[in-house]
Amino acid sequence: MDLFEYQARDLFAKHGVPVLDGDVIETPEAARAIAERFGGRAVVKAQVKVGGRGKAGGVKLASDPADAVAKAEAILGMDIKGHTVHKVMLAQTADIKDEYYVSFLLDRTNRTFLAMASVEGGVEIEVVAEENPDALAKIPVDANEGCTPEKAAEIVAAAKFPAEVADQVADVLQKLWKVFIAEDALLVEVNPLIKSGDGKIIALDGKVSLDENAEFRQPEHEALEDKAAANPLEAAAKAKGLNYVKLDGEVGIIGNGAGLVMSTLDVVAYAGEKHGGVKPANFLDIGGGASAEVMANGLEIILGDTDVKSVFVNVFGGITACDAVANGIVQALALLEEKGEQVTKPLVVRLDGNNAELGRKILTDANHPLVEQVDTMDGAADRAAELANAK
Amino acid sequence: MAIFLTKDSKVIVQGMTGSEGMKHTRRMLASGTQIVGGVNPRKAGTTVDVDGTEVPVFGTVAEAIEKTGADVTVIFVPPKFTKDAVVEAIDAGIGLAVVITEGVPVHDSAAFWAYAGAKGNKTQIIGPNCPGLISPGQSNAGIIPADITKAGKIGLVSKSGTLTYQLMYELRDIGFSSAVGIGGDPVIGTTHIDALKAFQEDPETELIVMIGEIGGDAEERAAAYIAEHVTKPVVGYVAGFTAPEGKTMGHAGAIVSGSSGTAQAKKEALEAAGVKVGKTPSETARLARELFAAK
Repeated sequence: MDLFEYQARDLFAKHGVPVLDGDVIETPEAARAIAERFGGRAVVKAQVKVGGRGKAGGVKLASDPADAVAKAEAILGMDIKGHTVHKVMLAQTADIKDEYYVSFLLDRTNRTFLAMASVEGGVEIEVVAEENPDALAKIPVDANEGCTPEKAAEIVAAAKFPAEVADQVADVLQKLWKVFIAEDALLVEVNPLIKSGDGKIIALDGKVSLDENAEFRQPEHEALEDKAAANPLEAAAKAKGLNYVKLDGEVGIIGNGAGLVMSTLDVVAYAGEKHGGVKPANFLDIGGGASAEVMANGLEIILGDTDVKSVFVNVFGGITACDAVANGIVQALALLEEKGEQVTKPLVVRLDGNNAELGRKILTDANHPLVEQVDTMDGAADRAAELANAK
Repeated sequence: MAIFLTKDSKVIVQGMTGSEGMKHTRRMLASGTQIVGGVNPRKAGTTVDVDGTEVPVFGTVAEAIEKTGADVTVIFVPPKFTKDAVVEAIDAGIGLAVVITEGVPVHDSAAFWAYAGAKGNKTQIIGPNCPGLISPGQSNAGIIPADITKAGKIGLVSKSGTLTYQLMYELRDIGFSSAVGIGGDPVIGTTHIDALKAFQEDPETELIVMIGEIGGDAEERAAAYIAEHVTKPVVGYVAGFTAPEGKTMGHAGAIVSGSSGTAQAKKEALEAAGVKVGKTPSETARLARELFAAK
């Protein structure tokens, strides 16, 4: 889960990383009191989870409280690369002498954590990495040893921070590591980390991404979710404990196992090329077990998607054999009809694996008017695409 | 022969007495695995009757190894206890730890991976968030259904469970030496490369099927390894061509970030290394069948 800048700032402050005073608002008028608190001047910053907001006009300097209201009004509601601005952060102005970069992140390739640091901050770090790779220090950090004072000094030396800020930066690095560990983050990034006119090191802007697998021990993280921005179908699926991602096509997909479902999306997209360009409408993995109840929950979400024209149920019977899956589909349809749901979209079902023939026979005998069976994944994808295109 | 797991492997189950642990212990026993014990400190000294087989429960992995000579552990404990369970297995010096648990925080996976390294990598880790591995007709450590295929000449390594099953089933007439599900988390123990190396060295394996998916660069690195070190034919499949950028697709590691981790890049890297890459699972099975017949 990626956080907004103001949320990252709050986490930095919580763990002692030096930040400037700031506040987040959703209406322009609220800017006045905050700017007054800062003594008049304020930086007004769009809160969007995308880079390049400065260039897009999403960051403005306000000279007095009235100007802060005007700037907030101008920025709220802006569209930045497809993201609508619903919140702005007002922050104290800073006297910037130098701009640096520091981060901790997961290095998947080497299966370790990585510190990155540069004295060339304030620009996109990908650009620095591309154009001047020597200016970006990359130091592995052992997950069990952490960012010790020695490790922090090593990072500072590798990035060639000037001597007069070395101790301060090393201290910030250790506090930032605390954020990384204590919050189960996948990324903590400060860009820019600035040296102010009076020689202080301050985190001016930050990015934090949190590990959703750690939610069981991070009860406070749920409040950081941007529920307003979540797709309503994704939110409904999450509430039912389903692994669902909304996409922009017309063929609803249900399958068991993440890999098989990803593969199903691809196969449907290929089939769609022959059928008016229809595409998969969603990712939905109902898990290896594929029980009737989960199947019913999944079908309910997918049939509630008005973009969906046909549904492809693609199940490989492994641990749960196909006869159980077929019974699950029949029960799921009955459950939905009992709940008064109108099941009006055609379902193409492909069952393969253990007891496939028995499973197919159960569906044939149930003789549901909207259920059609195709024995192969490719054939079933083709049929589902064809039905979606015909609607 | 097979890789990592044979008929002689002595397997214990951490978390055996939980519902998933018990269900799969039963299935592993039924498929011929030598299950020699379970581990649960609260039930140490008892035995559990699994369909007529008395399986002893030990207090620790170390005790289980001492009493039974176990060399493989399959871990079913919940995410919040997984790191401790793996660390215990590493401390006990077991040869292979298969971590089935889904939803392990990446800080925990990174920590136990680093710990295994600090202890000299004496414990090979598979997973987390994986279906385990099977050497059909010999042993089954994890949750792969044993009855969808038979022993044979294909070695399979995959990030995905159900795609593993799909390919095992489609190619059941040829059969498999071993099939290894390495899992789709961002930090995993055994990689595609580890399995490719073992299959290359395994005299029983004549063809390798490698299944990847979006996220990270494991497939690209595997491709480089194949070009350099693998002389046996390799057939590949990559899932997730239609996955949108920035969305996690089921597996915690299955995410395209910016322009990195795309299925297209992985497919191109594998093809450049001489790997035949199927467009769909069925086409992948067909390519494997053709290459196998042409050998």
